[in-house]
Amino acid sequence: MSDPGPLIPRDRAAHPPALDPGYKTSVSRSPNLPLLSLESGPTEETGPMFGHGLFGALDNNLILNWTQGKAPAIGERILVHGRVLDENARPVPRTLVEIWQANAGGRYRHKKDSYLAPLDPNFGGCGRTLTDDDGYYQFLTIRPGAYPWPNRGNDWRPMHIHLSIFGHSFGQRLITQMYFEGDPLIPLCPIAATVKDHGQLDNLVAPLDMASSRPLDFLAYRFDIVLRGRRQTMFENRLEGM
Amino acid sequence: MAQKLEKLRETASQTAGPYVHIGMMPTYAGNGGSYETEIGARSFEDGARGTVIEITGAVYDGLGNVLRDALIESWQPDADGRFAGEAGADSKVSGFCRFAADAETGQFTLSTVKPGRVRHRSGVMQAPHIALWIVARGINVGLQTRIYFEDEDNDGDPLLSRIEHRTRVETLIAKKVGENRYRFDIRLQGANETVFLDM
Repeated sequence: MSDPGPLIPRDRAAHPPALDPGYKTSVSRSPNLPLLSLESGPTEETGPMFGHGLFGALDNNLILNWTQGKAPAIGERILVHGRVLDENARPVPRTLVEIWQANAGGRYRHKKDSYLAPLDPNFGGCGRTLTDDDGYYQFLTIRPGAYPWPNRGNDWRPMHIHLSIFGHSFGQRLITQMYFEGDPLIPLCPIAATVKDHGQLDNLVAPLDMASSRPLDFLAYRFDIVLRGRRQTMFENRLEGM
Repeated sequence: MAQKLEKLRETASQTAGPYVHIGMMPTYAGNGGSYETEIGARSFEDGARGTVIEITGAVYDGLGNVLRDALIESWQPDADGRFAGEAGADSKVSGFCRFAADAETGQFTLSTVKPGRVRHRSGVMQAPHIALWIVARGINVGLQTRIYFEDEDNDGDPLLSRIEHRTRVETLIAKKVGENRYRFDIRLQGANETVFLDM
């Protein structure tokens, strides 16, 4: 197997800092000491591959998967789709994308969520799929509602969908959140505000994509994702040892 | 002005939040049956080569309180130091596992095969280790770390050698607590803070 090269070191300025007092829980859950930086090795450059055999036919259809197709979830029907690319703008094919979200009223199906908005008996809130050969993925779901959370006196999360993306190696592992274009709660949200670079925050906001919507059925939002890339090593000048 | 580099920036991370289990461990969230097969339920199948070990531990915040909502992923080679997909790798070892802190006690358990040694690109042999990735409410970017083993020869491991403050090496070493049983606690902040990685 040829060496595809080390992972490009993470640009930490592209990400939130560990400690951001506006997001209160981060205060006691952020390391005080610096991270230990090293070039990636086999442990970070390899990772599990998931086959199509794992997936059920409705795994990426959250409108129908909780009831196995018997009854649709209530809410605004949307397609969420996009491509997974790496930093070198190459598609990441056959990689696992997982999502989870609240229902149309902002209620999560989780034993620890006690928000007074009701559960939708026809909505579970999780989905997964593999990207295709071009790195493309799609989910059908309902648009999640905003919900309040105990942070400052009156904090509400914007409408959002959580995404977990695998990539092809353990060092590419990423979890993020997708927001919706035009949501006025985004600039008020302390979790969105952990992303200090405005361009990076803009990239977490999915635009309305009318061209991909289906008339009389669903609207569409487009969300592209970028994972870490690999550095091609044409020269290897270092002697053995690190 | 200069030519434009055709480089994209990595998508910004966001916290996994308190309900991460809905998407990644539905049965744990109380939503069993969401998927026919949940991924990462086990890192190996019966009949895998090597020694089956059990590592228990907990994740603590800066005040010494245990996290009850942490989710951890692990990645490792088989007993001979080969990763899944590599030629000759043990077909019964996926090497990947997902596990969560118990919602009441905060304790986690990873049952797996003890990993073999893997040679680094530099040619140096690394001590046996398991890579971990930790996400939770309040963690903005998933935290990478590694489990090494007290009963292995860890001298000369390239990562452990790079830890400047030698007292911190201990934070990456799982302690033996019985036959094939280890303890590995993770301290996010403060006294004995675990070494976290940027790799």
